[in-house]
Amino acid sequence: MTRIGVVTEQPPETRVAATPATVKQLIALGYEVAVEAAAGEASAFLDEAYRDAGATIVAGAEALASEIVLKVNAPTDAEVAALRPGTTVIGLLAPAFSAELLERLAAAGVTAIAMDAVPRISRAQSMDVLSSMANIAGYRAVVEAAHEFGRFFTGQVTAAGKVPPAKVLVAGAGVAGLAAIGAASSLGAIVRATDPRPEVADQVKSIGGEYLKVEVEVEQSTDGYAKATSEAYDRRAAEIYSEQAADVDIIITTALIPGRPAPKLITAADVASMRSGSVIVDMAAGMGGNVEGSVAGERIVTPNGVVILGYTDLASRLPTQASQLYGTNIVNLLKLLTPGKDGELVLDFDDVVQRAVTVARGGEVTWPPPPVQVSAAPAAGAPVAAPAEPAAPKAPMSAAKKALLVAIGVAALFLVNAVAPPPLPQHFTVLMLAVVVGFYVIGKVAHALHTPLMSVTNAISGIIIVGAMVQITSDVLVVQILAAVAVLLASINVFGGFAVTRRMLAMFSVGAPPAGAAAKTDRAGTDGKAGA
Amino acid sequence: MTELSTLTVAGSVAGAAYLVAALLFILSLAGLSKHETARAGVGYGIAGMVIALVATVWATLAGAWGTVSVTTGLILLVVAVLVGGAIGLWRARVVAMTGMPELIALLHSFVGLAAVLVGWNGALEESEMSGALLDIHHAEVFIGVFIGAVTFTGSIVAFLKLSARMKSAPLMLPGKNALNLGALVAFVGLTVWYVITPELWLLVVVTVLALLLGWHLVASIGGGDMPVVISMLNSYSGWAAAAAGFLLNNDLLIITGALVGSSGAYLSYIMCKAMNRSFISVIAGGFGIAAPSSSGEVEGEVRELDAEAAAALLRDASSVVITPGYGMAVAQAQYPVAELTSRLRERGVKVRFGIHPVAGRLPGHMNVLLAEAKVPYDIVEEMDEINDDLAETDVVLVIGANDTVNPAAAQDPGSPIAGMPVLRVWEAGNVVVFKRSMSAGYAGVANPLFTRDNAQMLFGDAKQRVEDILRAL
Repeated sequence: MTRIGVVTEQPPETRVAATPATVKQLIALGYEVAVEAAAGEASAFLDEAYRDAGATIVAGAEALASEIVLKVNAPTDAEVAALRPGTTVIGLLAPAFSAELLERLAAAGVTAIAMDAVPRISRAQSMDVLSSMANIAGYRAVVEAAHEFGRFFTGQVTAAGKVPPAKVLVAGAGVAGLAAIGAASSLGAIVRATDPRPEVADQVKSIGGEYLKVEVEVEQSTDGYAKATSEAYDRRAAEIYSEQAADVDIIITTALIPGRPAPKLITAADVASMRSGSVIVDMAAGMGGNVEGSVAGERIVTPNGVVILGYTDLASRLPTQASQLYGTNIVNLLKLLTPGKDGELVLDFDDVVQRAVTVARGGEVTWPPPPVQVSAAPAAGAPVAAPAEPAAPKAPMSAAKKALLVAIGVAALFLVNAVAPPPLPQHFTVLMLAVVVGFYVIGKVAHALHTPLMSVTNAISGIIIVGAMVQITSDVLVVQILAAVAVLLASINVFGGFAVTRRMLAMFSVGAPPAGAAAKTDRAGTDGKAGA
Repeated sequence: MTELSTLTVAGSVAGAAYLVAALLFILSLAGLSKHETARAGVGYGIAGMVIALVATVWATLAGAWGTVSVTTGLILLVVAVLVGGAIGLWRARVVAMTGMPELIALLHSFVGLAAVLVGWNGALEESEMSGALLDIHHAEVFIGVFIGAVTFTGSIVAFLKLSARMKSAPLMLPGKNALNLGALVAFVGLTVWYVITPELWLLVVVTVLALLLGWHLVASIGGGDMPVVISMLNSYSGWAAAAAGFLLNNDLLIITGALVGSSGAYLSYIMCKAMNRSFISVIAGGFGIAAPSSSGEVEGEVRELDAEAAAALLRDASSVVITPGYGMAVAQAQYPVAELTSRLRERGVKVRFGIHPVAGRLPGHMNVLLAEAKVPYDIVEEMDEINDDLAETDVVLVIGANDTVNPAAAQDPGSPIAGMPVLRVWEAGNVVVFKRSMSAGYAGVANPLFTRDNAQMLFGDAKQRVEDILRAL
């Protein structure tokens, strides 16, 4: 029977990878569970409770010798050394940042499963540790802030005077942000939230927050469609943060961008504008921080009396709850990995979830996984290259391939121009320059003018008439006749195209219709046709 | 002045005139990019064309004045220009704005056919060249004829489809990609053959081949992609002119052709991007091949309302957005719609128009129709401008649009139009859909909008229904 070992985490970690409740579920999956003595103590789970749930209490070395080892944080060097080849170790391995650890795990012949590599697809939600931990951290951030804050959150009118409610700003309405909004508003504070995604406005409202929208004037962009420039957006967002910093008592920032340092949202000037006694919780401190002046893991007091908390262990500060949720995430993953419920762990690499979480197997590092296909359409063929980007519906041409195509094009042009006899290179030069001019000259066309533009280019392409005219004086009668027909056709184009464009443009108006006899007759003509 | 010097002077003056004409054409296209300069742009275009034509006539005639062939040529020229110009002006005057796509498609075909004729003339005329130059000349004839013929039949098919003389559904020949590719390969092979042994029958073969290819290319593109096709054909007609320029050693043709060619191609690209389609696959008729996985019947209840109820909705609304589509063009409903707009604006209702980039059958088609009906263009907005405001809008009137307001594009990853940006009308308080029947739109995809709780259908001819609402108001 396969044995699962639960190892005590190194301090200051207070969480544990299994709780008595999850131990029962693991046993129901057919596993035997061995828990290291005092593993759950920091989370308030006593050995007694584990034993009652059906686990055996063992020494640390014995737990590490199990076939499956459950961890919270990545194993230490000593722990890796103690793992036997063939062991499966499950924990928060942060594969994107710990290439060296993955190498060592692979070298030790260990199968490594990273709980924090669960793809963000609906099927895998029950195993999504990042969400469950973010939820806890958001709540805890509010509790930490309340602890530092010298006043009530809720407004009260008491015999001893009126108390204004606290104002809280939450930056970023992801899982952590929403949890913080919920916690702060249920304590009675006035909560405002910001997020670059306008679609979260409803979610913010639903849990008691007020969504601050970043309103930007739209500008005409190069392709003719209106788009907010990111520069204007950033400027307006920074203004909002400055305005809010001067007004609110508590700021909780949660903004993280995957794979990049956290964006700086609150500047030192913003912090300086806050009242003494205000509190900032920078939940992104571990990734560089959203707040200027925050230090990862530290409590800072600024000269103007603002407390900045940069705690990176917010989830661990709620160990019982965090262990329970983490343990349940692991159980859900093991349910997927134990299809027979017989205590046999099976890894199916065709399953995107199982493929994604497995970061080392059979002596090889298997990170990063191939991109997950989000769309329901089946992939035509498994993509070979595996960039860590989220899957796009169609992989864009790689830069190398593009460069190669451009190089081939340039080389071909060069050869043509170098080899071709006299008149040709000159023509090619003219052609290429005209192509580029044509491309740029209409680059900013207003959408409403597409049709007039097309009809005028149509008229201009009637320039073929010049070609036919040159031929019309030929000595050969057939040529003359054919050329005459070509002239006739092309002149329909030239005259018709220009006339119809003029007619169309005469109709475009702002507010009042333009005066002019031409427009009037045109209207009459069209009306007659329309009525027919 | 001797005969020779007259010729040289004529040549260099023509060259200078061509340069001026080319610059005027560039100014013309640039002018057409903005409302303020659009009319001046047309003026530049006309001036450029006049200069080019006068210079050409002079250069052609100055050299050999008095000979028989020149006299016949001159007579033919004048007659052809007069007849052609008269036809063109007449068509331009009488065409209804709803018929604009067909007219433009037809005009493209003329350029294509003219290019074929010029190419043939190039082959029929005795050439004084020799050696490599002659080979190049032969290749140029072939390329010019090929592009021209593809443009010609392609435009004819587009014209037939747009004027409903031909079914708009895409033609599905087995192995159509292989057919297109095969035609291209055959063309290259024939060109090489013709360069080696210039036989007339080869030219006939390649003409027929290109005519068939053009036909097939456009026939296999569905009606929904017509705006892209039109602008693509526009581009082709430019390339055809450029090819003729190579053939005749005429820089003006090359410059102008390349201008039209590249600007048309860029315009098609913009539109493909707006529809989230691959440019290549639209050109190759790729869209619509994939079996629509979820285009089945619309499930759920469709609620109908009458004109009075719609009028009541509008009366109580404070903001209204109208999203027109091809159906408005078909029903000629732009005048009553404009009337409705001004009536509502008098009541203080904020009325705006939301135009999808590919609404209608021509890029900017809706803008032209609304302009014709004197809707001020500052309340006519593009999809990106208006999409975020739709959630705060009280009533959206969907007039003859279907695919461009289909929630499936945004929400059903299995839908054939998945990922195409659409007007999110379903976010508004109320949606009134004007429709003749429950049939699917051009893309052949069912529209779950119709069964939404906030959507109601107003069946019947769009023009009559809008007039009914006007009466009820």
